[in-house]
Amino acid sequence: MKFIKTLSATTMLALVATSGAALADDHMASDMTLVSWGGAYQASQIAAYAEPYTAMNEGVTITWDESSAEAVAKLRAMNEAKNVTWDLVDVVAADALRLCDEGLAMEIDPNEDLAAAPDGTSAEDDFGDLLVSECFIPQIVYSTTVGYRSDMVPAGAAAPTDICALFDTKTYPGMRSLEKRPINNMEWALLCDGVAKEDVYDVLGTPEGQEQALAKLGTIKDSVIWWSAGADTPQLLADGEVFMGSTYNGRLFSAIVEQGQPISMLWDAQVFDLDGWIIPAGLPEDRLARVKDFVKFATDTQRLADQSKYISYGPARASSAPLVGKHASLGIDMAPHMPTDPENSKNTFLYNYEFWADYRDDIDAKFQAWLAQ
Amino acid sequence: MSDTTDGLVLAADGRPLKQSLRRALLRQKIRALMLIAPLLLFVVVTFIVPILSMLFRSVENDIVPVTLPGVVTELAEWDSSTGEPPSEEVFRNLYIDLFKASEAKQHTRLGTRLNYEQTGLSSLFRTTGRSLDDIGEEWQDPLEDIDANFKDGAFWFEMMSGSDGDTFLEQRRDLLAEMIGESMAGDVGFVPSEQVAKMLPWTSRAYADFAIWTAIADNDVVAEEDPWEAVYGALGMDLTSPDTISAIGSYSGPGAEALQAAVANLDHLPQDGFREAFAAENGDWVSPDVWATIKLYSPSVTPGYFLNAIDMELTPDGIEQKPENEQIYTQLFIRTLIMALIITASCIVLGYPVAWLLANLPMRTSSILMILVLLPFWTSLLVRTSAWKVLLQQQGVINEILVWLGFVNDADRLILMNNATGTVIAMTHILLPFMVLPLYSVMKTVPPSYLRAAKSLGATNWTAFWRVYFPQSVPGIGAGSILVFILAIGYYITPEIVGGTSGVFISNRIAYHISSSLNWGLAAALGTILLIVVLGLYWCYDRIVGIDNVKLGG
Amino acid sequence: MSSVIVNVKRPDLLTFTMPFVAVFGAMFGFITGNIFGAPSIGLIGGAIVGAVLAGILARMTKINRRVKIWGIAIIFGLAGAVFGGLGGFFGGLLVGVSMGWFATWVGTGKYRAGVPTYYTPGQVLWHNTFLFICAFVFFFLIAPLIPVVWLSFNAENFFTFTPEMLSFKAEGYSLKHYRDFLGTDEWMVPLKNSLIIAPIATIISVSLGTLAAIGLSQSHVPGRQTMMAILISPMIVPLIISATGMFFFYAPLGNWLEVTLGLNQSFVGYVKVILAHAVLGIPFVIITVTATLVGFDKSLTRAAANMGANPVTTFFRVQMPLILPGVISGGLFAFITSFDEVVVVLFVGSARQQTLPWQMYTGLREQISPTILAAATILVAVSILLLLTVELLRRRSERLRGMSPT
Repeated sequence: MKFIKTLSATTMLALVATSGAALADDHMASDMTLVSWGGAYQASQIAAYAEPYTAMNEGVTITWDESSAEAVAKLRAMNEAKNVTWDLVDVVAADALRLCDEGLAMEIDPNEDLAAAPDGTSAEDDFGDLLVSECFIPQIVYSTTVGYRSDMVPAGAAAPTDICALFDTKTYPGMRSLEKRPINNMEWALLCDGVAKEDVYDVLGTPEGQEQALAKLGTIKDSVIWWSAGADTPQLLADGEVFMGSTYNGRLFSAIVEQGQPISMLWDAQVFDLDGWIIPAGLPEDRLARVKDFVKFATDTQRLADQSKYISYGPARASSAPLVGKHASLGIDMAPHMPTDPENSKNTFLYNYEFWADYRDDIDAKFQAWLAQ
Repeated sequence: MSDTTDGLVLAADGRPLKQSLRRALLRQKIRALMLIAPLLLFVVVTFIVPILSMLFRSVENDIVPVTLPGVVTELAEWDSSTGEPPSEEVFRNLYIDLFKASEAKQHTRLGTRLNYEQTGLSSLFRTTGRSLDDIGEEWQDPLEDIDANFKDGAFWFEMMSGSDGDTFLEQRRDLLAEMIGESMAGDVGFVPSEQVAKMLPWTSRAYADFAIWTAIADNDVVAEEDPWEAVYGALGMDLTSPDTISAIGSYSGPGAEALQAAVANLDHLPQDGFREAFAAENGDWVSPDVWATIKLYSPSVTPGYFLNAIDMELTPDGIEQKPENEQIYTQLFIRTLIMALIITASCIVLGYPVAWLLANLPMRTSSILMILVLLPFWTSLLVRTSAWKVLLQQQGVINEILVWLGFVNDADRLILMNNATGTVIAMTHILLPFMVLPLYSVMKTVPPSYLRAAKSLGATNWTAFWRVYFPQSVPGIGAGSILVFILAIGYYITPEIVGGTSGVFISNRIAYHISSSLNWGLAAALGTILLIVVLGLYWCYDRIVGIDNVKLGG
Repeated sequence: MSSVIVNVKRPDLLTFTMPFVAVFGAMFGFITGNIFGAPSIGLIGGAIVGAVLAGILARMTKINRRVKIWGIAIIFGLAGAVFGGLGGFFGGLLVGVSMGWFATWVGTGKYRAGVPTYYTPGQVLWHNTFLFICAFVFFFLIAPLIPVVWLSFNAENFFTFTPEMLSFKAEGYSLKHYRDFLGTDEWMVPLKNSLIIAPIATIISVSLGTLAAIGLSQSHVPGRQTMMAILISPMIVPLIISATGMFFFYAPLGNWLEVTLGLNQSFVGYVKVILAHAVLGIPFVIITVTATLVGFDKSLTRAAANMGANPVTTFFRVQMPLILPGVISGGLFAFITSFDEVVVVLFVGSARQQTLPWQMYTGLREQISPTILAAATILVAVSILLLLTVELLRRRSERLRGMSPT
């Protein structure tokens, strides 16, 4: 029943979209530049969003630019040069907040710009709390978590189960890989330095708290390889260069399940985060019309659920969750690999967007100076 | 001139030879310049101008005076050495400027800019930016209680409209346009009343800003929109002035009743000023340090970025060394220079024998060997760097072989990368062809008979080499070294991949400031210093060896 | 001893060959012994094996040198296989080849082949040590490319030698990364872009650069040093600064071209990248061409003018052929600068002008996949072919010239 309902809803949507496109062709640009992260994630977006869209809208070409990592800098430069060449940019929520704060991203109206759920729930309610900024259109929930080499656990030691194993170089010797930025690392450091979960951001807001977190990180500074690209930790783990390292859960899923590497992952104190689209501010009308058309299609219930066939990130819509199916090529159930699965989210850590939007500059300056010492 | 005319030698065409020669020389010069001109023009336009404009960012500081124009003017009178926060007047300007900036989303950029100088200012501006509405509402709510007309956008429009206020409107428009760096041209649909502007100076400014922003940026009709909270706050400011109060008493234009009602109920309005309001939002606003920083960075040109780039800072007491735990750049510059020197030296050591061999072998063999030198050169830099990653890491090829052979214990493998060693090894490999090629082309010109002659005259091998051959190959060493050194000093991708934290160069820092921290001013300052160092080296090199002696293969 | 060696081709077996080969053998023995934790036994054993080998080989004068070397290699390889399986076999093969080569090289006196007969033993030793040093440097230059080629056949998606690869099992290898490279737009479009951008940028920098170099080489040019410094500056300024500077300047330029001249957006994108790459290649052209012109005999142009050739004819028929090697090598440098450039294109280009290095860069950042290595291997193979072709052509023209009557 549900299946038929979704099917009819999507066909209707598709019909609306095609007829809309046919009508709107005059005032819609025929090509779009989408910015994303490259790799398996971008591949999942192409398969779930872009290919169905271009199949429906003949003559539309989509160019992909793998520059999400430098999106903030590039958008600022484009804005200053008054030459925005991007139409839609995939960024993590923290970057979206920052871009929105600086007026580089366009504000959207969820109910008008996004499709409602098949059962009629408005987009605003369907996305719920995940609409963390006026400019941000969430796609997926991911988590930053820690993976370790299961074959390198020292004899006599139990396999690590909690996040503080990162800081326990006595029990678990070996290198670690951590992201070359304060976000997540500082929170984990405080958690493992005895700060209660609910107090972490209060403490981190004070200079003393920042010193405390850096001091805790300082205890393992010599055994850390700092990564800045998403592919680094899985590669370092596969090489056995590091014993454990932080990365996105989808990367670990790919290394463990798809590549069969001897890696295990922790679901402890995983940091929930969001990734989604923003539309750059100041697009010309025809390009804006095309992008809005695409976004409405690409973030509907079925499309978001489709994406999880290719990668283990949870769809951002509540209505997509029941539609999460099996892996496109391996045929395994994807639900247990989602960060949102109840089994995996027993002890999660809630990322505080507002805090990082406000304190990112401050703490980043301190962190980088600390790193360079 | 006249006294030499008698001895003139004439050329074939009857002109004085001297003149004729001068003309020929001139023609030659012009022809040479004509040949150079297209390229010179091309390089100047496509390269020199962009670089200079980039470097200009290292002193540019428009954002502070443009975003907080009122504050900057008012702050000139404040003395930071008193240890007191600035006057209420400054805070009123701050409120008006900041509100406008937050509507245009410029306050976050200003916060980011000031955060480079004093950590903590970014969060101060961002959090305050979000509560500016609340501050205004402290006045808005009681005013609307006093007279419900204040709730109505059309009422405000009628009260503020009038005649003769065009100049005033244009002033506000220019300030806004400067702040966002875009033209705000267009019809506002609102002409301020000069009479009201005199009576309610703060309110008029806030309302004019609101009107321009609503009409131009938001494309709305001014009369139909409710004014910003800032307008109510500004009215609150005006109502503390005795002049305004007496002027309202004799005022009879639109909105006179509502204004008079407000005057009659002044005790319903907040009694504290804006200084207290800001202090309540965040205690840092009454910290003299914060204001000292804002004041120091008020001018539109600043030495701040350059000082930061050499670990100094501008303080109210003059230029000071930064605290020790924040000094990173001088150390990084020195490290960059030393590592570039080590790389250059290892390139000489490895490149010299190879170049000698290539230059002295018969052409057939040497061309084949030359392919071995050129091959890595033709392979992508990124690929070579990742190859080194595969070789150097702790579980990498070199360590595996050493462990297998039993020279290194499995537990303490050599740490060859993510430190300076990795950078030196990989960059030596990458830059070695740049040393071999110029060395080879110079050595090729040294006749081998010189060496034989020296030996037959009784020189030992070493003397013959050191006194005869080596001096002739020095231009090659010079050319190779300057190339390798200059290229090494500007590299950033290789150190980024194999250098970890202790093997990175100043260029990595520049790249970080350009693409992550977005501190383009500091990046430009660091780049300028780096460029000056390189130009200095280039100048020395030109003096000692001469740039004409640089040869690249061929 | 030196007097003996000058006249006799073969060095003395007992006093020269056997000790040297023994030392060499001892070295290998030490390393092999070390693997099994008994370096001293290996050392002695290696020395004995070396000495015996030298002795035996000296007796077999009739057998071809190559046969000897391979024979020894196979014996050693089999011995290695007994102790260490497949790895041991290859290790043994390697040691065998080295030992056999060294023993025959020393034993037959070939080590003096390239040395004048009057050299003292010290000089001969130095000469050969020098050759070994050079061989080591060549090895250093080429060795990093070996894992690149090897890993490009990896069956997994990591830059890691898997146990299957190391034991040479077929399932450890695959051509899938080559299929990815050749069969997807993801790689073919950037390749096409690179092949559009690099040649055009090279043509611009070579044509403008050659003219300017000729101008600069005239005898009376005012402000020569300054102009030289300006023209060389693109090489001197750190790339990251050039990249950002160009970005801010080229963006409004692009806007202007699009809006005022109504040019196509994608075309303007190419123009921007081509201009940026052309300017980066110019210093290399200037440097190489001026260097060639230093040795250019100016009387040739005068002679041509005397015979009635106009300046254009003189340039193309007299000057150009003579400075062509310099122009070509400058052009090659300019080409490779553009073809391998990633920093500037990341800033100046937009996604439609994505070049091969750009694709490699994002590939390395976001999905470390051996497809990059497959791409590199193909490029290396193409450049080997190109370099070999150039070399063969050179030899051919040399031969033709050698056959000409003069």
